[in-house]
Amino acid sequence: MDYQDGNALAGPLSEIFTLDVTVAQGTCAGCGLRGPLAGLHVYGAAPGLVARCPGCEEVVLTLVRGPKDVWLDMRGAVSLRIPVTE
Amino acid sequence: MGIISRAFSGRPREPDAKLPPGQYLVHDFPVLSAGPTPRVPLDRWEFSIDTAEGQVHRWSWEEFQALPQETPTVDLHCVTKWSKFGTGWKGVSLDVLMEDVESAAEYALAYSYGGYTTNLPLEDLLDGKAWIVHEYDGEELAPAHGGPARLLVPHLYLWKSAKWIKGLRLLDEDWPGFWETAGYHNYGDPWREQRYQGD
Repeated sequence: MDYQDGNALAGPLSEIFTLDVTVAQGTCAGCGLRGPLAGLHVYGAAPGLVARCPGCEEVVLTLVRGPKDVWLDMRGAVSLRIPVTE
Repeated sequence: MGIISRAFSGRPREPDAKLPPGQYLVHDFPVLSAGPTPRVPLDRWEFSIDTAEGQVHRWSWEEFQALPQETPTVDLHCVTKWSKFGTGWKGVSLDVLMEDVESAAEYALAYSYGGYTTNLPLEDLLDGKAWIVHEYDGEELAPAHGGPARLLVPHLYLWKSAKWIKGLRLLDEDWPGFWETAGYHNYGDPWREQRYQGD
């Protein structure tokens, strides 16, 4: 296996979101599959991570961490449903 | 004159002239991929150059193997900060592949089996600076390292040396590729440490 699961995104995403976004339900723009970001297949090593849909392997998001900026590219996500407390 | 004599300050360690800034030397060959490894049967492999003027030049595996071959030995520099010296390859120079291609294009977009893309100025692929390689260290190129064939552009960071190369699209305008649209530098010169947009 040459990828990690989407929990590998938890650390890098916690730098830019106050909520744990890995539990958010994402919808793949390629095949419409819905599931938590923690279920994505994550490839690559720092500075660039590529998270792919477990259904169709299309790119859902990329995350690049530079010394001064983080680039979050959500090219393959139709939406993110993020649970919040009332 | 300072309090401490120069004799006690020691001689600064000479930086390795072959190592670009911020890089460290490795002796293994790390594998980094942005997705699943494509498996491309040789009887279905082809390499194309599409010009901005609409012409298509295409080579089958047999036609590609029949072209004049070169064996460059080059240093590699990855944006993840490792460098590897003296890697030996076998393949076809882009000068050979571009010989009969007539185009006024100034840019190229390399595209791969599996969907990866990366962009380069066309001049960075010519004059002995780039190859399509199919052997590494005397063996056929393993799929994990980009086999059957990959682009090799050693003077730029390694993400520009697209694995599983399928073709080049020659363009009048620069068209950023996979990593270049996601925060990586558009050009990627390791000697100027061009890792990210804005570097």
